[in-house]
Amino acid sequence: MSAVTIDGGGPVVEAPTKTQGYWTGVARRLRRDKVAMACALVLLLILLAAIFAPLVAPVDPAKGSILKRLMPIGTPGHLLGTDELGRDMLSRLIFGGRLSLMMGIAPVFFALLIGSLLGIVSGFVGGRVNTAIMRTVDVFFAFPSVLLAVAISGALGAGIANAMLALTIVFIPPIARVAESVTTQVRSLDYVEAARASGAGGWTIIRVHILGNVLGPIFVYATSLVSVSMILAAGLSFLGLGTKPPEAEWGLMLNTLRTAIYTQPWVAALPGLMIFAVSISFNLLSDGLRSAMDVQR
Amino acid sequence: MSSADLSTRADVPLLQVRELVKRFPLKGGMFQRGGVVHAVDGVSFAVEAGETLGIVGESGCGKSTTARLLMHLISPDDGRVLLEGREVGPSRARNEGGTPGGLTLNELRRRMQMVFQDSFASLNPRLTIETSIAFGPGVHGTPEREANARAQDLLRKVGLDPARFAGRYPHELSGGQRQRVNIARALALEPKIVILDEAVSALDKSVEAQVLNLLLDLKADFGLTYVFISHDLNVVQYVSDRVMVMYLGKIVEIGPVGRIYADAAHPYTRALLSAMPTMDPAHRTAAPPLAGDPPNPIDPPSGCRFRTRCPFAEEVCAAREPPLTATEAGHRVACHMAHAGSGHSKAPPLAAAA
Amino acid sequence: MFAYLLKRLGLVVPIALAVSAVCFSLVYLAPGDPLSAIVPSDASQELIETLKKEYGLDKPIPVQYAIWLGRASVGDLGTSIATGRPVASEIGKAIGNTLVLAFAATLVGFTLGAVFGTIAGYFNGSWVDKAVSALSVAGVSVPHYWLGMVLVIVFSVILGWLPAMGAGPGGSGEWRWDAEHLKHIILPAITLSVIPTGIITRTVRALVADVLSKEFVTALVAKGLSQAAVFFHVVKNVAPTALAVMGVQLGYLMGGSILVETVFSWPGTGFLLNTAIFQRDIPLLQGTILVLAMFFVALNLIVDIVQTGLDPRIRRA
Repeated sequence: MSAVTIDGGGPVVEAPTKTQGYWTGVARRLRRDKVAMACALVLLLILLAAIFAPLVAPVDPAKGSILKRLMPIGTPGHLLGTDELGRDMLSRLIFGGRLSLMMGIAPVFFALLIGSLLGIVSGFVGGRVNTAIMRTVDVFFAFPSVLLAVAISGALGAGIANAMLALTIVFIPPIARVAESVTTQVRSLDYVEAARASGAGGWTIIRVHILGNVLGPIFVYATSLVSVSMILAAGLSFLGLGTKPPEAEWGLMLNTLRTAIYTQPWVAALPGLMIFAVSISFNLLSDGLRSAMDVQR
Repeated sequence: MSSADLSTRADVPLLQVRELVKRFPLKGGMFQRGGVVHAVDGVSFAVEAGETLGIVGESGCGKSTTARLLMHLISPDDGRVLLEGREVGPSRARNEGGTPGGLTLNELRRRMQMVFQDSFASLNPRLTIETSIAFGPGVHGTPEREANARAQDLLRKVGLDPARFAGRYPHELSGGQRQRVNIARALALEPKIVILDEAVSALDKSVEAQVLNLLLDLKADFGLTYVFISHDLNVVQYVSDRVMVMYLGKIVEIGPVGRIYADAAHPYTRALLSAMPTMDPAHRTAAPPLAGDPPNPIDPPSGCRFRTRCPFAEEVCAAREPPLTATEAGHRVACHMAHAGSGHSKAPPLAAAA
Repeated sequence: MFAYLLKRLGLVVPIALAVSAVCFSLVYLAPGDPLSAIVPSDASQELIETLKKEYGLDKPIPVQYAIWLGRASVGDLGTSIATGRPVASEIGKAIGNTLVLAFAATLVGFTLGAVFGTIAGYFNGSWVDKAVSALSVAGVSVPHYWLGMVLVIVFSVILGWLPAMGAGPGGSGEWRWDAEHLKHIILPAITLSVIPTGIITRTVRALVADVLSKEFVTALVAKGLSQAAVFFHVVKNVAPTALAVMGVQLGYLMGGSILVETVFSWPGTGFLLNTAIFQRDIPLLQGTILVLAMFFVALNLIVDIVQTGLDPRIRRA
């Protein structure tokens, strides 16, 4: 057996055998991105506060007293003031995070599952199935998302579950489209053809070669949708189509506090500030994630 | 590991291709007339065990499509492919010369493999080198440990130390190293015949030379047969035993490498060869050997497809398509000038009778 | 080119039909009889049957759809259950107001976005660029209904410069481009413009940076082309896409204005939609959604055609 030299000849510097995987590289780059890390921290804090709300909130968010309504920020005992029914704003904001975050994240999560499945299968199978599925998806693209969300939610009736269902439906088409597009691209790459040349069947190819290369971009796209979802969910509650009083939820709080802008404006603005903070953190984090994944290649 | 585990019949060529046809319909639309691209139009040839058949031609002549047809990555519209005398196809009933049954696609995959041009796109960026190579055997039922062991063995044979390369990812390798990996992967299924589709075209010249030498060594060690597709005539001359020249979906000439390169019969082949840059100042090319662009594969010219660029074209060339016929043993050419009695002014006179 | 137009128009028809089907069937999503909103719960069966016939609800759904579609295509969108007036005229009044608002917001968004984006693109990589990027991320992250509230707090409640709601004197029917009315439109338009500004800034920035980095620009400068001429080149290359994005944004704003209109009590289609939902006014709901969706589809079509017409690569193919 003849020995064949490696390119360039000469002794090559020893490299470590176990080199890092793709995701390790992504994580490493992400950790170096200060903005993204700051956002991740903020989100983590808010998430933890929401999960451990009963432990973190100073008072019972449902307890209110007419005597203490609409007190300003900085009132002793009520750090962020009170709302129109005298309930402590800080506690309501913390508890409100639960519903607001869930209504923002859950629809994207479900849309990710359903949309990815649709898009990947459609992109892999191609042909008429692809056309049929994508044309159906296109019909929903003919509606601006706010309109669609409001229309479906309005048709279904007010309520948390209905609002989340409406939002899920709104997000399935864009995710499906991205999934289909990425899958079609990957499917035409040589290594997929090489896998076919090795004799692998459809599901094996999807599992080994397609999924790993496709889920990344789809996931990043989905994270960029979370902020939109949160804003829309809170918006639906703001219109009265989502959460119903007396639940604590940021969008609903904006609604009930609307008239309070004349008496205690900054208290009334607080829930929106929370939505803004979470939304912008998600966006910046998602941007950072995209950059970290892009350096590859 | 043996390359002769299946009885190789000495009397039948390893690979036979008969009248292979592949057409691609074009969507008629706003900006293109509907039509059909005759990518491969009635191609027949054979490859003997142990030889290297080089396939050359300009872009669009159908070489890559032929490769994919052989591999059955796309299915032919017409024609047959026979490996060791057994026809490739789902039906086991049809066969040739008494060999039991046809060849299923799965069996084909174990015997014929391919190395692609783009070394990076050929490898899944998420898998380690070892996993990529072991994938093929794994699909055919080899247990993981054995497949990995085979992968490492192959890495060693293509000149990459498994201890250092098995766990690496494609983006950590150079182009030449990746192409070695692709070769190792092709060999993992222990094929008898390997199709190399522009396998070295994307590499730097020095690296290209190393990989070519590797291919020749592997061929000797494993008793392989190669179909080597390239547009680079120098490279083809270096590796091939026989050469096949394609033009617009048809074979125009096929014969031993020495004969073709020294004294080609077809005007297209001659033009291609004279376009090769040479180091000898005495043989500088003064004028471009071929005029015009290759015609549109949607509407190929009538009769001989090359006639629109051929300096020797005559009426008969437009009237009748020259068949691919033998001029001497092992050499065939599709040109009226080479066939006695074709009607071309330069054709040799008919030999005695019938 | 003409053939392309026809083909493109042909593609729109099935989509428009499908959209109308979705609009129509939305109201059947909800549990319960569509009639339940207007009928007292103790109504006699006879009354229910009569009402059903009157509203055509006794026929099978596909037939109802066909009838509705047929009427809609000649402009008859039924009668509003709540007000008793024809739906089409209600929408007609409202859509004018929404158009004005959406148009103003798009104009602001496009101007600001183009300016910011161009500046950021020219100073690619510098702190100016980063600041603009941060601003545009903020722009797309902010809940615009909240921003509206904040603007009202600052400019109406605290400073008292601008009115907090409404479209101005004369109510929903009469819009004029005069100072009184303009005062009313400033806050809602700015609020609504935040998201398109963010998007257009990002788009323009990317395009400008891309054009400037292209080799043909370097070649032009090397040949002695002045900065002004280079700028003109940039504009020529960026304008078609930027305009397309603006067109699409206009469509989004038309359909998505409901939140801002609610905050400012702006008498537009969004506000109408809100009313329709809460009064379960089926004809009004169907009609409004249909008109808004069709508008969006039409706008997309126009943008598509104009862009194709402008892009020499496609035209000459």
